[in-house]
Amino acid sequence: MAAKTVSEINEKIKDGSALVLTAEEMTDYMREHSAEQAVREVDVVTTGTFGAMCSSGVFLNFGHPDPPIRMQRVYLNDVEAYTSLAAVDAYLGATQVSESDESYGGGHVIEDLIAGREIDLHAESSGTDCYPRRMLDTRVAIDDLNQAVMLNPRNAYQRYAAATNSARRVFYTYMGTLLPEFGNVTYSGSGVLSPISNDPNFRTIGIGTRIFIGGGQGYVIGNGTQHDPDNGFGTLMTCGNLKNMSARYVRGALFHKYGISMYVGIGVPIPILNEDIAIAAGVSDAEITTEILDYGVPRRTHPVVREVTYEELRSGIVDIDGKEVRTSPLSSFYLAREIANELKRWIVDGEFVLSAPAERLPVRGTTKPMREVREQLLVQDAMSECVRTIHSHAGIKQAAELIIKGNFNHLPVLSEDGTLIGIVTSWDVSKAVARGDGSTVKNVMTKNVITSTPDEFIEIAARKMEKHKISALPVIDSNRKVIGMVTSGDLNKLLVRR
Amino acid sequence: MMIRISAAVQDPVIARVILATGVAINVDRANIDATSGEIVLEVPADACARVARAFEQEGASVSVLEHPIIRDEDECVHCGACISVCPAQVFIFEDDWRVAMDESKCIQCGTCVTACPHGALRVMRE
Repeated sequence: MAAKTVSEINEKIKDGSALVLTAEEMTDYMREHSAEQAVREVDVVTTGTFGAMCSSGVFLNFGHPDPPIRMQRVYLNDVEAYTSLAAVDAYLGATQVSESDESYGGGHVIEDLIAGREIDLHAESSGTDCYPRRMLDTRVAIDDLNQAVMLNPRNAYQRYAAATNSARRVFYTYMGTLLPEFGNVTYSGSGVLSPISNDPNFRTIGIGTRIFIGGGQGYVIGNGTQHDPDNGFGTLMTCGNLKNMSARYVRGALFHKYGISMYVGIGVPIPILNEDIAIAAGVSDAEITTEILDYGVPRRTHPVVREVTYEELRSGIVDIDGKEVRTSPLSSFYLAREIANELKRWIVDGEFVLSAPAERLPVRGTTKPMREVREQLLVQDAMSECVRTIHSHAGIKQAAELIIKGNFNHLPVLSEDGTLIGIVTSWDVSKAVARGDGSTVKNVMTKNVITSTPDEFIEIAARKMEKHKISALPVIDSNRKVIGMVTSGDLNKLLVRR
Repeated sequence: MMIRISAAVQDPVIARVILATGVAINVDRANIDATSGEIVLEVPADACARVARAFEQEGASVSVLEHPIIRDEDECVHCGACISVCPAQVFIFEDDWRVAMDESKCIQCGTCVTACPHGALRVMRE
């Protein structure tokens, strides 16, 4: 099998004769050429991605003031950074929110630093003999800092699940605004341009691989956290010098009613050393699959709605059970392409040489859930199984009598075959009686009933009631038969006791 | 096209204009207080001038919202988050994967404004 080395490729880069293709161009090339030809002709394939990378942040060293301080709390533009690292070192995380402005956070501070803006620094300490200062207020810009190093624990997911929402209300998530009842699908990742998707066996991407990050040169320093190559969810841990970055490729972001994040631009070069690498780098959007997950069920493992390819996602429409649902990305393909092209230009112009990794990244492995030592309570632990119900053809007067006799407030309404089709409350009945309405329960009931199931976590049931502004949920089985009722009172008793 | 009218609350100005012009007008937003009403209406583009004149004849003051939705080109990263949440399909990807905007379709619901992770969009109220 034909083989090249990184050194040979770097020689060609230095003398300006390297042939560089972006991953999109490589996909087209591999349709017309054999892998053997590719190894002979193509030297480097560049990849790119620009999306929300929540697990990111920067290490900063501010230098010492006089009198000196050992920072115990530090705030940059009112955003807290972690400073239990010696005296004037701190780590600012991308998702930390400002104390005074919930639309501004770590990601925005990092963008502002890169853009050259001044940042307010406030630090506090209880003071020591060698670090007597207790309070510090100053302003710093990036050139005032000794070091400003971006170090991101988890970036450039190989691929990512797409998101939809089966619930009755809008869900605001890190996958954006998800409209109710499968109203839309959002997705993340640059598909054909995605770095790890172009080298899923980590033949070239490893510890020490030089990359484009944030507009400057940086490195892969290991696998990212939650690295899960067994399931096709590899990740990278990356670093780079903030002082060489550009605010075009590092942007603070705000996901409405979710929180702060940071968009990071990353491009990884793939040296075409042998046929296996050439074939892998020819991957297309149609070959990269992922799953559409139902974020409307807020569990660690979301229900899978269906499998989908990035080609289908990028077409703008996917089919969910016969319904045409619009998709939109959260990553910018336009900027991902720009990054792949910029990295290509750096290499062609001889400004960027490749580095062979010091060590390979793990090709096997998966990610564990958190160990829990306390049991989480379910609705079945809280619900009452004695539930009065009423048929939809019953009169309102009968509903009133049931409610008064039973001393409760929520009366589920059943159809002829005993399935749940509505709910009436004591309020609904009072209103009807006051109006002199002598008709059936069917006319005054609420039809879109928000329900729970026995195996639902009580936290989720509690949040459902809060978000829909109701105080009880009928508990149903898979046939929509009412098997219990859980009220906010029932949940309060349990949650307080814990 | 969006137009804003200010009128005295007592008069069924909108109903009279619809009856007089026969144009299907959609009421997008209405703020009514003790003395007056400010209403934003969606009017088919080809009927806009006719409808505006009819409102003026009824004594309402009319302003046409030329740019119902404004995008800050420096903030926009062309991620496309706005595309799937817009009920009027204002946003679409161009061939080069930049996001294009057809502001004539905008009904000012505001969903895209909060869906945009970079705060690039703004609904024009004036």
